[in-house]
Amino acid sequence: MTVPTTTEALAVQSRSSWTRTVRHRIIPAIALTVIVLVTASVSVAPLLAPYPPLKQDLLNSLAGPSGAHLLGTDDLGRDILSRLLWGGQPALSGVAVATSVFAVVGMTLGILAGYLGAWTDRVISAVLDIMLSVPGIILILAVLAIFNQNVFAAMFVLGLFAAANLARVIRGLCLALREELFVDAARVSGLTPFRIMSRHILPALTGQLLIQMSLFAGIALGVQTGLGFLGLATPAPNPSWGGMVGEASQVIEQHPLFLLVSGGIIGIMSVAFGLLGDGLRDLESDRRRIAGSGRPIPLSALASAESDPHPADPSVLLTVRDYSVAFGTSSGPRTVVDSISFTVKEGEIFGLVGESGSGKTVTAQSLLGLLSENGGIVGGAAWLGSQRISPATDQELRKVRGREIGFVAQEPMVALDPHYTIGSQLTEVVRTIGEVSSGTGAIRARSLDLLRSVHLPAPENIMRRYPHELSGGMLQRVAIALALAGSPRLLIADEPTTALDVTVQAGILDLLRSLRDERGMAIILVTHDLGVVADICDRAIVMQRGRIVEEGAVEAIFYAAKDPYTQQLLASTPNIARDAADPGRDTDG
Amino acid sequence: MLRIIVRRLLLSIPLLIVVSGITFILESFVPGDPARSLLGVNATPEQYDALRQSLHLDEPLVQQYWLYLQGLFHGDLGRSIFTNEEVVTTVAGRLPVTLSLVVGATLVATVVGVLFGVYSATRGRISRRIIDVVSLFGSALPNFWVALALIAIFAVALPLLPATGYVPFEDSPQLWLSSLVLPVVALAIGGVALIAKVTRDSMLSTLGLDYIRTLRASGVSRRSIIWRHALRNSGLAVSTTIGLTLINFVPGTIFAETIFVLPGLGSAVVTATNLHDIPVVQGIGLTFTLIVIIVNLLVDVAYGLLNPKVRSS
Repeated sequence: MTVPTTTEALAVQSRSSWTRTVRHRIIPAIALTVIVLVTASVSVAPLLAPYPPLKQDLLNSLAGPSGAHLLGTDDLGRDILSRLLWGGQPALSGVAVATSVFAVVGMTLGILAGYLGAWTDRVISAVLDIMLSVPGIILILAVLAIFNQNVFAAMFVLGLFAAANLARVIRGLCLALREELFVDAARVSGLTPFRIMSRHILPALTGQLLIQMSLFAGIALGVQTGLGFLGLATPAPNPSWGGMVGEASQVIEQHPLFLLVSGGIIGIMSVAFGLLGDGLRDLESDRRRIAGSGRPIPLSALASAESDPHPADPSVLLTVRDYSVAFGTSSGPRTVVDSISFTVKEGEIFGLVGESGSGKTVTAQSLLGLLSENGGIVGGAAWLGSQRISPATDQELRKVRGREIGFVAQEPMVALDPHYTIGSQLTEVVRTIGEVSSGTGAIRARSLDLLRSVHLPAPENIMRRYPHELSGGMLQRVAIALALAGSPRLLIADEPTTALDVTVQAGILDLLRSLRDERGMAIILVTHDLGVVADICDRAIVMQRGRIVEEGAVEAIFYAAKDPYTQQLLASTPNIARDAADPGRDTDG
Repeated sequence: MLRIIVRRLLLSIPLLIVVSGITFILESFVPGDPARSLLGVNATPEQYDALRQSLHLDEPLVQQYWLYLQGLFHGDLGRSIFTNEEVVTTVAGRLPVTLSLVVGATLVATVVGVLFGVYSATRGRISRRIIDVVSLFGSALPNFWVALALIAIFAVALPLLPATGYVPFEDSPQLWLSSLVLPVVALAIGGVALIAKVTRDSMLSTLGLDYIRTLRASGVSRRSIIWRHALRNSGLAVSTTIGLTLINFVPGTIFAETIFVLPGLGSAVVTATNLHDIPVVQGIGLTFTLIVIIVNLLVDVAYGLLNPKVRSS
């Protein structure tokens, strides 16, 4: 790996951990401070407010900010600051009522349903379903229509119905907790369900509860002030935040500042509740994340691409030289492929062998520029013939993908788009590659040919199917057909048989071999299975921890492995170990 | 597919009963009774008894509720205590206003939200941060205040659009449209942020899936991968969110219609609440519940259309 790349990646990393600290610690701390300060000043409004909330001064109405009235006065000459302080009382006490009901009811229902399960769960879940579908605001309005302007009853109802959301979340967590060891231990030691719920389950849920309470408090504040604004909560002339927005809306033109501060205090508090909730959530997920497996961080720079001309050996198709790939992680860049070199000749089947984590799949994917966002080529290069393909821009690679190099992925069941028929996906690729004239008939004929070439029976029928209607083996054949659409010179098959049944595996390997024989196409076979290598590969490299530990013709590797790791691998594959011990036997299967 | 729809419809029956039942029970707690408030203090006891009888107020609560449900079944929501107008007539007259508001806001929120979400999923992290911030403020700022701010800016400071009022489509399509612009925008803002966020998150996880890699490896263009394949897969999450947003817009009309003085259901329910006109509150409440049920049904249908596995089963 080149030095500048490393330092650059490290710079990215430290900047990111700084923004993380800001986002996860500092912002929530500020939000909490705001909430505490505002709540405290509102609750001691009688001491802090410079004027009584109802004291009018009609000669001095709609005044701007001044020493006597820091935020000016309203249309009746009442001091806006004083009214804001007093007006916070109905708003924040309403929020407190709603949030307490929300927490108590939501936790109780959630824990009961999640921990006791069985019929308790079924009954509670049905009730929650109904509660979630009821338009809460309508019930709140009904309550207000019936209990004259009793905003506390309204907030109680709001908390009650919103509690269904909390109960859902808590129920899900409880179902998972129930299986945890410490709960098992408590159960075995004979604690009553009530004690287990209150002593062991409840504390484990505190984090999630605080998150949900904080987010809900923001919503409750919006509803409370909304009702005040509509004139349904606090009767005039008593001050309330929502009511003040309503008063300000009458004098928008004369006193825009009034609207700004009355809505502003609601906005600030809502945003603070939201930020506190988000911050708590981030903290919670930080706590759960296993140390070291942090969020990946993009490497910003590609390797300074070598422009070495390719050595003029016409039989060599792919040249990989001093090739390194790294991924950015929260603990800095990690080199996954370390300075490897190899060549693949025209028409040969080349094995890329290693256990998981050896870098073989990453090597294969990087050749087509298919690495995830945080990965990059940090040294060396790869050429197809004389064209450099790695590193290369997406633009350059588009001419290579599908046309020069075909790719077959590991899991056929997830390698195709589940939302489109096989025919739709195949014709899209055929059309994109543009090898046949653009007529619908020609494209369809070509697609059917491709399905036939991978020995799929009844191709017309297959074209109409969705991926979930086919078996793994059939899907893998479809995936190979897709890869063949552009008649590539090289096919990269990433563990093409691993996810399949043993009986199906042999068929796919036979297919690959016959395709090579018919088309003279080279194949890179990425695999951990030495049996597969012995079966169809001409040459192979063995990778371990990002390095090549063995390379050469397959016979040489099997009968004269130099590297201890390869020997170990061979020994752990029983029939090959036996074959190797008995050189007289043919390994062809 | 059909089974899902039938199940939804069956579930909606207890829901309607619960909503009407709760309001009905609450109503029975009201101190005093409608007959008294309708007749005023000068009525004779005979008049009072007669009215009570005609309103079925002399029967037990369960019986009254049963009568109400029977009325519901025949499309009878009762009469307003104050105007004596059939609640059904009020609802029918005001529903178009509310629907144009809700449908308009949903269209705006969907188009803008999805475009913004796709853009930020595919181009760079700065726009991701911007969406986070915008969605925080979009959802945290009270929408009645946003509506007022819009009026202050686009109707008062820059007189581009009418601040309040409604022009029926039949009178002038152009004025109808301009009378709806600000209310629709005020309503849509919170939804835009939510839809953009869900679209982005869902697109980001879809773009990491294996079949996207297959498509890229096959040389399929970036445009097709994003708009045809990745967005399609995000369709489930996005359509759920659009449904949720629409459901949130329904109570949102209460504020939007009051502030912009639109003659819809939302402004009517506020007036009725202030007047304790319970049949109207009840009737509009049921209408809102019905809208929620229909939206949920549409979301289920969208699920089926978007997911071949559901469709074929």
